[in-house]
This record gives sequence, structure tokens and C-alpha cells, in this order.
Amino acid sequence: MSLIFEKGCNDQHLTLLPECDVPVVTLSSTREKELHLPHVCENDLTRHYTELAKKVHGVNDGFYPLGSCTMKYNPKVNEAMASLPGFINVHPHQDPSTMQGCLEVINKAEEYLCEITGMDNMSLQPAAGAHGEFTGLLLIKAYHLKNGDTQRTKIIVPDSAHGTNPASAVMAGLTVVNIPSGEDGCVDVEALRAAVGPDTAGLMLTNPNTVGIFDKNILEITQIVHDAGGLCYYDGANLNAVMGVVRPGDMGFDVIHLNLHKTFSTPHGGGGPGSGPVGCKSILSEFLPGPVVKKDGNAYVFATPENSIGRVKNFYGNFTVIVKALTYVMTLGKAGIPEASMNAVLNANYMMSQLKDTYDMAYEGPCMHEFVMTLERLHDKTGASALDIAKGLLDHGIHPPTMYFPLIVHEALMIEPTETESKETMDHVVSVFKELHKAAVENPESLHAAPLTTPVRRLDEVGAARNPILRFSFE
Amino acid sequence: MGSYVPTTDSERALMLKAIGVSSMEDLYCNVPADMMLNGNLNLPNGLSELEVARAIEKIASKNKTYHTCLRGAGSYRHFIPAVVKSVVSREELVTAYTPYQAEISQGILQAIFEFQTMICEITGMDISNASVYDGATAAAESITMCKDKKHTKAYVSATTDPQVIETMKTYCFGSDTELIVIPAKDGRTDKEALKAALGADAACFYVQQPNYYGLMEDAEELGVITHEAGAKYVMGVNPIACALMKTPAECGADIAVGDGQPLGLDIAFGGPYLGFMACTTAMMRKLPGRIVGQTTDVDGKIGYVLTLSAREQHIKREKASSNICSNQALCAFTAGVYLTAMGRTGLEGVATQSLSKAHYFASRLEELGFKRVHNGEFFHEFVTECSDAKGMLAALEAEGILGGLPVEGGILWCVTEMVSKAELDLAIETIKNWKEGV
Repeated sequence: MSLIFEKGCNDQHLTLLPECDVPVVTLSSTREKELHLPHVCENDLTRHYTELAKKVHGVNDGFYPLGSCTMKYNPKVNEAMASLPGFINVHPHQDPSTMQGCLEVINKAEEYLCEITGMDNMSLQPAAGAHGEFTGLLLIKAYHLKNGDTQRTKIIVPDSAHGTNPASAVMAGLTVVNIPSGEDGCVDVEALRAAVGPDTAGLMLTNPNTVGIFDKNILEITQIVHDAGGLCYYDGANLNAVMGVVRPGDMGFDVIHLNLHKTFSTPHGGGGPGSGPVGCKSILSEFLPGPVVKKDGNAYVFATPENSIGRVKNFYGNFTVIVKALTYVMTLGKAGIPEASMNAVLNANYMMSQLKDTYDMAYEGPCMHEFVMTLERLHDKTGASALDIAKGLLDHGIHPPTMYFPLIVHEALMIEPTETESKETMDHVVSVFKELHKAAVENPESLHAAPLTTPVRRLDEVGAARNPILRFSFE
Repeated sequence: MGSYVPTTDSERALMLKAIGVSSMEDLYCNVPADMMLNGNLNLPNGLSELEVARAIEKIASKNKTYHTCLRGAGSYRHFIPAVVKSVVSREELVTAYTPYQAEISQGILQAIFEFQTMICEITGMDISNASVYDGATAAAESITMCKDKKHTKAYVSATTDPQVIETMKTYCFGSDTELIVIPAKDGRTDKEALKAALGADAACFYVQQPNYYGLMEDAEELGVITHEAGAKYVMGVNPIACALMKTPAECGADIAVGDGQPLGLDIAFGGPYLGFMACTTAMMRKLPGRIVGQTTDVDGKIGYVLTLSAREQHIKREKASSNICSNQALCAFTAGVYLTAMGRTGLEGVATQSLSKAHYFASRLEELGFKRVHNGEFFHEFVTECSDAKGMLAALEAEGILGGLPVEGGILWCVTEMVSKAELDLAIETIKNWKEGV
């Protein structure tokens, strides 16, 4: 398929603007290099993007069991609310008295999300999960600095953690201490006890963890860190297992981030925009990025926390994403929020029960909202890897699960169905997995060749990195 | 209660039996019993779709919107062709995940490759990434790109958007980087102050073009000064202005960043917007975030993949140059569609009309006695004196006009192609009447 630059010709254009109705002004110094942009008529423009859209598999196209990504259904009412002219036409520099609706959205989102997570305050400013992690770690840093604990620079991270955790710690100017996970995939409590000390700033953890298990030692874990003078950070990526059922605030966490584009149903958009609000207990509220929204009598106003770490981006956050999440929370409400998470856990356990006689599970059940299979034995026996099974799924119109993560499991496939999948869909997917297992045993070659029916087949990723071609050249 | 759970009670019973437990609560056996909320969640009851739509629409109606917008300062109201929103609302694109499984994500990957190409064309730079959160975080991330063991201090012009400087400060608090602000002189970067400030340990100097006050900086000269000190030159640019002005590449920039919001994104109370980052080939491996590259498949067909992943967090973890994972993919896609719809002539048209209308408005304001506070050349924003900004803006507001932003010294105005001459003349009339009534 050709690129947009290869279509149309120079004289083709849309008729979008009227003539300039004031005297034309030019800049004294102008660009010399010619600007090459596409030149197509509107008909060919829409055809080009239709062709591109047909080569994308979204949640709307089929099962999307990406572990740790929570690819649940994206409700269309959320999209409609986020497109209301009363929201999209508001200029962020308007006087707050003329933006009371927007401020109410931020305030309500904070209130509801704090209730769900057991936090006292929240900033809706961070644009994504990693951005939230960075922000939350800065809160921890600021807290220790204010207390004169300049030696508290170490962040403890389990080796099962998502890559953004240690990367965020480093961006926050802290050092990472990796601790091994136990045999059961959970935090090795003795290793944690050995790792904490007067230089501990905090611990970063997700619970349920990245292998889909709720760590039953969680209270002991957070206590150990608190006793050593550190704070506990909760990576909210897996909140879909416990939303409305258990609260991170009750597990002993002091600061959290949420992924609205995971747990709270906002669409992934091919990689963004997301939203990563940061919630905290009151000991950290004074450090939150500003401005935050407060209620002053009947009106909403902006306020900057007393010892704010400062902005982490322009304006107030990915606002229309927040509108979608708020619509979702208000739709589900008191009963719907825990119903979602409990059914997410039910679905994962159901799929695990149906697959455990065919595939090896990395850890024994019950799992939470996701489970990890290990294909190490299958690979050794047949030569078919997790990658091969994943590519085989593509030929069945099913998006593969998360592959090769977490790093502590070999040949990992992490499956998260979410609560919005029907039993019918899950039963079909289970049968496909079983078929692929059969193929791996009887004819692994067929899987090495997969996928066969997708718009392109396996791509040369090594070549792409070795000889990077990162743009179209007009020469 | 609103719900998106399709499972029926009888299906649930079957599933529980297959798992081997008797109730949903049994699945939470690892959770300490007294931690379970058991329904004790202080949220309002869920709503049907009709009710929630009514409730949210009511909230939206509490906002005021204006038919004429003369305010910019980092958020610009430009014309968005209908085809842009139509294309971008396609379900496949909206609901897709990050294109890690390249075979079924070619549409997104190709669209991002096209976006990267367009950013390179606009800025003149060699390489672009697949976007970051916004212009402010792009500016902050550019500092990390420039730092090394010997070059540790970051410099930024005081004529930069205050929100960008604030964001840089926060990121520098994280990385323990000293950030020094170079003062302004008559609204533009003080070149003598810059020359004096840059030492051998300077990592980079950042300037916004056009700057926060709408003025055109001597970007080429600032680049020379920066390079003479051995530092990297970073420019934060308005992508619309790049259609006309000297590109960052032509000014010697090592890195060009900015916010792509003017390229087809709603002003929307500030987000989501679109950070872009482009650089020279020499700095390619320092670029944070996702990058799409071209390659071939086993049949020799051209395809696209996320590439150079060894820079990123999922590979390098604590050794990664940035923690960034999500980008603003759908916003980048939107910008690509906008730029395709506009084409070169369209983008030049938007830039020319914005520039021209701003100058028309400035001259008419001057006739009324509201002179510009700065003398330099400007693009589509400018600051005029105004002793009673509040009063003037209230008069405009009564006519449904959002006037410029009150800043120190007066009002920062912005005019884009969206504002007709008739609207500008009405604004002038309104101000004239207010002034005479005072």
C-alpha cells in the first residue's frame, strides 16, 4: 500500500479556507527548504485512511486479551460526552468562572477515584501511567526532602515490575534496588526485609502483581517499608482486579497512579492519549502538581498545593479522556464498579480452568484478572515458542496476549480477558488455543510460518533497527 | 446500574462450577477478609445511558464558549476540516492498542510513519518520534537528551511559555539538573545575557519561536551563540508558523520540539494535545518515546514496525533514557490527517491568514490608542498595553468575544484564520465603545 505522499498530484487540494480578507503580510525571513506535504483530493484522502483503518485490529474487531492492558469495551456514550461542544470549545485560559463545568469534571473525577482507591487527594494532570509514576515518585522525593531525609534515595522494585517502574524512579533522581520474587511470583518478604534501611525512599508495587496474583502478605509488606521510614507506591495498572472490592489505600499504599485507559474504559487510540491520575494520602497532598480544583462555597476554583512539586505538563491533564472516565464511573456507580472487577476475575479464572489441562500455568490459581502461561516445556519439546502461538492466533483474528512479560516467566503469555467478554467468546478462544497447541505438537513448522492471512507477515525487526528508515524521503 | 458485563447469572454459575469454587468472593481468598469492602463504596448509584448523558450534558452546559476567540498562549483555535474528525473517529483506530503486534497494526504504524515524515518536513529535521504527551513535556525531555557527564546545566529563555518553564523545572527537580532562565530584553531573549551565562558545562539552550509574546526571535544568532559555548540548541516551535518562518533546522537546531495542538486538535480545556520531538541524525538514539521504522516482511513486502526499542523502558528499564510508554497516537494520527487535508498550500494559507489578521488587528488597536508594548516582528500573537484589562475583556465578553489573555504589562492577543475581518472590526467597535464610555 502506498504512502499518502505517493498519491495525488500537486494541483489537487481541498477547498477549506476563504480568501484572506485583510491585507496580506509576510515575514521578513522565511523558510528556504520547500515544504512537502500530501496533495490529494478529499475523495482519495478518505480512501487512503479507510485502507489504513482496515489494516488495524481494535477491541472493536475482536478478542484482545492483553495482560496488564485491560482492553475492555470502550463505551460509545463516553465518546459522545467527550465531544460535547460545551467541552471541546473551552479555551483552557478562560476565567475559571466561565469553565465551571470543566472544573466540576475534574473535581468529581478526583472525588470518585479517591473513593475507589482509598486516597485523600488526586491530581488529574499526568497524561499517562508512566507520567503518573514519575509524578508519584517526585511526591515521595519531596516528602523526604522536606523531612530532611536527604539520604533516602532508594526505591525498591520487584523484578516482576513493568519497565516503566525502574525507569520512572531514575527519572525522579532515585536509585533502583531490585528484589527477587519468590517461587510463588509474589514479593519475597525476607528479601524485602533485607533490602529496607535508612536509605529507603519507598517501594513500588502493583497488587495484584504482574503475574496476576494478589499478594496475601500485602499488609506485612507495606508495614515493613513504613517501619523503615519509606513510603509505598501503588502501580494501578492492575486495578481492574480489585476496583470497588479492595482499596490500595487499605493495603497500606501512600501514593498511587491510575490508568484511565485501562481500568476506566477510555480507548487506547493506537497507543494514546491515556491519562494517569496520581492519588495520595494526606501526608503527600501538599506536594501534588498544581493547579488542583477545590470547592469554594458553590463555586469551583483552582488552587496550588502549598509545597507543590510543580506542573508536570501544560494545562490540566488529558481532559477529554477524563470526561470519558467520569462518564464510565457514573454509569457503573456503586454496584457496577465492583461488578466489573469481580467479573474480570471470574473470566480470567474461567479461561485458566479451561486451558490448564493443555497449557502449563506459571502459577497455581486462583488468579486475579489475568493469568500467565509458560510455554517453556512446549518450546523445548516441539520448538514452537510463545511467539509462534501468538502469531498463530493472528490467523484466527484474535489479538495475541501479552508476550514475554513479566521477565520472571519464560516463554510467557499473559492473558487478561476483562469483564466485557462473553462466555461464548471465551469458549471460542479457548478452542483456538487448544487447536494451536495441537498444531505445535503435530506440525510446529506451520506455526513458524504464521501469520499467513494478515496484511503483512512476520516483519524483519532486526533489519529495521540496524538500518533505520524513519521517514519517507522526497528526494 | 449501568453495566457492560454480558455474562448472565446462569453462565456465571456454570463458570464458577468449572473453576471449582462456589462464589465470586471465593476468588478473592488471598485478600485479608477485613480488607474486602463488601459493597461499602460511597459512590452514587449507577445510571442508565440516558441518565448519564443528561447528567454530563448538564455539567457541560455550565461552561461558556465563545464564537470569536482572540486568546492563544499555548492553545490555538484553528479551523478543523470535517474530514479530520470523520476519519479519526473510526473504531479500528480509536480502540486499537499500541502496535506491538505489527502484522495487525499496519494502519496505525503507517499513519505514524507518515506523521513522522510530516514533522520532519515541517521542522526540517532528520528524525521525528511518534509523539509525546505535549509541547511542555517534549521541552523537558529534550534536556535529558542533551545532558552528559560534562554538560550538566540547562538554559531556557524567559520568553518561553511559563507553563513550559514550570514543567522543565519539575523534570529538573527529578533529574537534579540546574535550570537557568536567561532574561528577556524588550520581549526577546537577551543575547548578551545568554553569551555571558553559557559555560563549558552548558548542556542546552531552549528558545520558543515565535516566543510566548508572539515575537520572532533571532533564532539563527541564538543558535550560533549556543553552539559556540559547546551546548545543544533546542527550539520549541509552533508548527503552523513553520510553514512560513525559517525552520529550526535552518536555524541550526539540534532538537526541535513543540505542541501539535494547532494541527487539527480541539482546544478542549487543555488536552489531550500533542508533543512532537524531532532531531538531527546524530541525536537519533537519544530520542525518547516510540519510533516507527520501515522494513520488509518474509515475502519482501514493505511494512512498518516500532523500532530502536533498545532506547525504551520495556527493554532498558532503569537504563532507559525516559520512562515514557504511552504516546499521543490518536492525536498524532489526527495531525497527519489535518496536514493531509490542508496540504502545503492550505497550511501556508492558515499561517498567512493568522499572521495577516493579527497584524490588521494590531494596527486597528493602535489606532484606538492601544499600542504594542514590544517593538519586534511578530507572528500571530502580540501584547498591547491596557491599564484596565478586566474592563476591556468584560466588554468583549458581553459580545461573545473571548479577548486576549491578561499578562503583565497588558493583554496578549492571538488571531487565527478562524476570525473574519468582520469579527475583528466588531471587536474594535466594542473596544472603542467601551473606551469612550469609560
